[in-house]
Order: sequence, then C-alpha cells, then structure tokens
Amino acid sequence: MPKIIKDKAIVNDDWMLLKLAEGESAEAVNVPTGKQIVPLAVWLAQTTTLKTRSDIGVWIASDERAEVLGDAVASLPLIAIDFPSFSDGRGYSIAYQLRARQGFEGELRAIGDVLRDQLFYMQRVGFNAFATRPDRSIDDALKGLTDFSDTYQTSWDQKTPLFRRVPRPAAEESL
Amino acid sequence: MYRYDQYDHQIVKERVAQFKSQVERRLSGELSEDEFRPLRLQNGLYLQRHAYMLRVAVPYGLLSSTQMRKLGHIARAYDRGYGHFTTRQNIQYNWIELEQTPEILAELATVEMHAIQTSGNCIRNITADQFCGVAADELADPRPYIEILRQWSTFHPEFAYLPRKFKIAVNAATEDRAAVQVHDIGLNLIKNASGELGFQVLVGGGLGRTPIIGSVVREFLPWEHLLTYIEAVMRVYNQYGRRDNKYKARIKILLKALGVEEFTRQVEAEWLHVKDSPSTITQEEFKRASSYFAPPAYENLPTDESALQTLRSSNKAFSNWVQRNVRPHKVNGYAIATLSLKKTGVPPGDATADQIDFVANLADRFSFGELRVTHEQNLVLADVKQSDLFKLWEELKAHGLATPNIGLLTDIICCPGGDFCSLANAKSIPIAQAIAERFDSLDFQHDIGEIELNISGCINACGHHHVGTIGILGVDKDGSEWYQVSIGGAQGNHSSIGKIIGPSFASGQMPEVIGRLLEVYVRDRIEEERFIDTVNRLGIDPFKDHVYATPIKHGAFAAGEDAHA
Repeated sequence: MPKIIKDKAIVNDDWMLLKLAEGESAEAVNVPTGKQIVPLAVWLAQTTTLKTRSDIGVWIASDERAEVLGDAVASLPLIAIDFPSFSDGRGYSIAYQLRARQGFEGELRAIGDVLRDQLFYMQRVGFNAFATRPDRSIDDALKGLTDFSDTYQTSWDQKTPLFRRVPRPAAEESL
Repeated sequence: MYRYDQYDHQIVKERVAQFKSQVERRLSGELSEDEFRPLRLQNGLYLQRHAYMLRVAVPYGLLSSTQMRKLGHIARAYDRGYGHFTTRQNIQYNWIELEQTPEILAELATVEMHAIQTSGNCIRNITADQFCGVAADELADPRPYIEILRQWSTFHPEFAYLPRKFKIAVNAATEDRAAVQVHDIGLNLIKNASGELGFQVLVGGGLGRTPIIGSVVREFLPWEHLLTYIEAVMRVYNQYGRRDNKYKARIKILLKALGVEEFTRQVEAEWLHVKDSPSTITQEEFKRASSYFAPPAYENLPTDESALQTLRSSNKAFSNWVQRNVRPHKVNGYAIATLSLKKTGVPPGDATADQIDFVANLADRFSFGELRVTHEQNLVLADVKQSDLFKLWEELKAHGLATPNIGLLTDIICCPGGDFCSLANAKSIPIAQAIAERFDSLDFQHDIGEIELNISGCINACGHHHVGTIGILGVDKDGSEWYQVSIGGAQGNHSSIGKIIGPSFASGQMPEVIGRLLEVYVRDRIEEERFIDTVNRLGIDPFKDHVYATPIKHGAFAAGEDAHA
C-alpha cells in the first residue's frame, strides 16, 4: 500500500486518486466504490449521488477555486490540492483560505509535485497530509517538516506573529 | 542599525543548515538541476555564463563596518578579489563554487547577513532611500517599518512561489530617491490631514519588457496596517497573476488586465478579512524596531561653513567633489558623502576587496561605523563631520573612490551584462567603459550637468534603462549584439519611461551616438536647463535627426571580446 505523510508521521494510504482519462466526462465517469478522491469537476457534476457517500474526497487543481465547494467543506473528510509543478504557488493560498475562510477541518492533502523542500511552507498554510513524489524517499521528506523552529509571520499554523508572541529586545542605549 | 536577537540568529542559522542539505543533495544527484534551481534561487544563487553568482542581501542598503569587512573577506577568500554592488542595494559575487556556498553563508550569518530571497519568484530585498535617517527632506525615518516588513516577508510560507519576482521600495522624503513608482509595490510614507503617519500605496510599477509607472491603490494606509494590506495585495496576486507566460507574470500585468479600480476592489475586499488581525503592527513593536535606528551620538557642532568654503576656493578638485558627491545633512556640522564606484576603467558598481576593507575603516573613523549602498551602485558615508571632509576626500582619492561624478554622465548604472549574465543579449560593461573613456573630461561632464545614463544587457532591465535620461538596451539581432537607445526617461518624483530614438547601433558606434545626443543638448539648451528638461521641451525629434543625420563610423574598442570574463 502506498505511503503518505500525515500528521507528521508516515502512514499507509488507502485513498484512491481518480483522474479523468481522455474522453471521459465529469458527468458520465463512474466513480468506483471505496475511498475515492475525485476531481472537483466530478464532484460538482455528481454532487447529488456523491454527497450521500462518506468515502469521497475532492481534489482541486491549482487554477480552480475551492469556494465553489460551498457548504460541502463541512462534511468532506478530505480535500487534496494539486501542485502541477514545484513552482506553482497557487495551492498555498487555496489551502490557507480553505482553512481560514471556509473552515475546512478535515484532511488537507498536497498532491502532485510535492517534495521535501516544500513541506515546511505547506504545513504552515494548513496542509496536514503530503503525498510526496513516489520516486523520492518519504523518510527523507519527513525531515522537511522541521527545517525551522520558529517563524516571524502568521499563517494557519501560527495565529500570532513573533513580535506579539515573545519578548524581543530593543536596542541598548547608545553610549 | 538593526541587530539580530536570538530568533533572527536561529532562523538564519537554520537556513544555512537547510541550504547546506540542499547543496549536498544536489551534489549527490538526489536533486536534479530542475529541482535544485528554485531552491538555490530563493537563496540568491544563479548559474551564470562562467560560474555561480551569489547575491547577498543588504537590507535597505545599510551595512556596518563589520559586515563590510566580512564582504571583503568573502571577495578575497571565495571570489576573485572583488564584489559588485547592484541596483537593489545588494552585493553579488561572480565567481563562486557551489561546494563553498554553505560555508560562505555560515560566514555571513556570523555578521547577521544572508542571501535569503535575493532572487527567485518571491518577495525580494526591500530597497529604500540611501539617505534614510539623515536627509533633511525626510518626513520620518522609514527603516523601522522596512525592518518589520523584512521580517514579515522572510520565509512567508504563502508567498514563496509567486508568479514572478516581487520588489518593494519605500520612500519617506520629499524627493523620491527609491524609485517607488517603478516597483511592484511602492510605499510613500506620508501624513494625513490629522497629522498621522501612514503610507500611500502604489502597485504595478516596473521595468522589464513592459515598463509601467505604478498606480495608486490607496491614498492613505495607517502604518499599523502595513503588513495586513500587503498580505492582501500578495494574496490577490498569488492567485490571479498569470503563470502561463513569464513575460506577463508580474503584478503590473494583472493590474492592467483588471484595471486599477477592479484590482483595488479585490485587494480591499481581501484586506477586510485580515485587517485588524494579529499581524497589525503594535506600538510596542514599532518602538522596538525604531530603537535600532536612533540617531548616533552627534556632536553639537557650529553651523559655520567658512572653513569648508575656504578649502573649496583654494582647491578646485576638492570643490568639484563637494559639489557633486556631498549633500547636506539634517544635523548641523555634518554632511553626507557619496563614494563613487564609477571611476573610468572600472565596471560600474565593482569594488575590490581592498577597497571594501578600506571603506569599512573609513566608516569606523568618519561615520559611526555604518555605510550605505545606493541603487545607483555607489557607497555612502552618511554621517561625516564637515570638518573631516577634506581629509576623507584625500584618502578616497588615493583609493580611486573620489571621482566627482555623482549624477553626471559617467555615474552610469549598468548591469553585469553579457560578460557574466546568461540572460543577457549583449555586453553592457564594455559599452559603459567606452562611453566613460570618451567623456572622461570632468570639465565636460560638469558642463553637461545632471544626466542619468543607464545600460541594460537585456529586456529584464536590471540596468534600469527605461528610466535613464539616456537609456541603452542590448538587443540580439541574428546572433550579434546591438544597442537600442532611448531618451527622456526619469526616476524619482517625475518618473517617466524613455522613448526609443530609432534603429539600434553596433557597440563601436555607441560613444559617438552619445556624443551626438549631447551635441543637440549643448546646441539647444536654454539657461539652466538639464538634459531631461531639453528633451521634455523639444521632444525626441531634434535628437533623432542629429544622431541619424550622417553615418556613424564603428569605433574599435574591444566589445567583441570577453574583456572582463
């Protein structure tokens, strides 16, 4: 069974990721039984049937908007955000807003071009699960979560900036 | 100046360890070059034509003498004995071995320096007026705000992979010396009608392929909201900025596509979510940051300038230097001295390790141990006693740092160009040198007066050619190097984008092209008019007519060779 990083540990992953093959349409595609992460378009096209299932997650492409999920974020157990490439940073803002604005409390998973050196930032904006690229060691990737022991600014993980959180010294009186 | 506390030290130390691991994984092949590239770029490491280039951050251009000595040491120990000061007030080294970069960063960390976010598609080093805190025309010292902004932007998790690089500049003076109108975000520190401090916020200025003057998106932002407002701008940009074409990815293109009203509406709507959040700057934090920029222990000096005037009248060379390179200080008896890195024969902005050490010593002796880097690629001693100016000048002269050309023709802004940079279409340093040699006469330069000659080796415009009174852009035509000339650009309060005068020229023609432009100015100027005023009054036609009137012979300088490689 494939492994992912979830809540700072390496765990087995029993979710399947559904992608539309060429020629398949969101309306017509058959969503298999079992735990499935479906494309946003499939969710939107088949909401009526899919929302009755408790084993459905949704994945969002970096050029899509999570707001269209509406109230569904309250009941979805998992939302994944795709990083088509390392350098596409839209997923960071999508994740932050899912947590901070839309109140999503389930598993928020980074998928796609996900490597060790992005994980620190990703966990800060609200991701708690990482499907790291299978061609790289997941044990090494885990180290990426602890690159820094403190941070200056707020994000989802830290609601208080350093300047409000700890006493920091002013300059000593000049002589 | 700002000093690191335990948190700053810890964060920079952890960055050094993180980058060391990334370099090791690259060297072992675990990371491919494609995977390593965005990582090294976020740490200022470029792969250039001949070697790696490392760009070290100099936040808002301010350095201590200790830091300066470390920069000299790095030039000597890890490079070829010199460094290059840049138009973002940073310093870069052109001959760096990848294997040695973690060691260099560890050395920098010991003097509270780093290379974080000096390149890559993230928030870059924030630039400012080089005369912060000492300029007579300044409303208030902007450095405490910039330092708070610097910390906020350092490793911001959400804005590290933006559509494109992001540059912020801050000005607090009547005369804008920070070029805020041509930055992604430009901030003017101002007072509102009730006398409260805040910022006028401009967004979407920039140079590069599509030069645009920034638009005002907010006339007055109370200072405590600085971080949350910029967070809102960044979030809109990160989501909606174009990512399909890197030439259309800067925020200026998004702003133009949406229109300033719609863009502003989106920013303001986003800001409502984060306004008054804990990122709102507290009075205590502002006070803490300000404490690091308290004025040094100035002496109570007489206002009498007669001694200086006597020296000036008996020594023309000194007088020229004072006229061009020294500016009034807000404190009686002190002066601001600019050290020119534009001596003819030296690439603009370059300084040798010996010069770097020497300037560090001067800073200790004459200027409370601090100095600044200007975005015109010169150095500044900001707190010199007027009575020390003559001695300072004599010492600078002996080290080739007293060229009295600040703001004149040979004070050229120039990118590293094709000699070093793999993006360049053409060389820029040899063009700068050929022009400087042709117009080396100081009497001639003083007669021509204020003029900004800016040279970029490609459309990325690191040499700010669009805002040069005369701008030169290197272009590639069928594999050979050509130069396009524009005139009428300006930075500062009356920023404008220069207009191209016509077909481009070969490198050997460039000194004569500049000569002909100057001939028109000398012929047509009235009274105290500067070159830019004459262009604004007459338009570009008389210049164009004269430059293209007869064929220009190709000169013979060695622009075709890797003279500086």
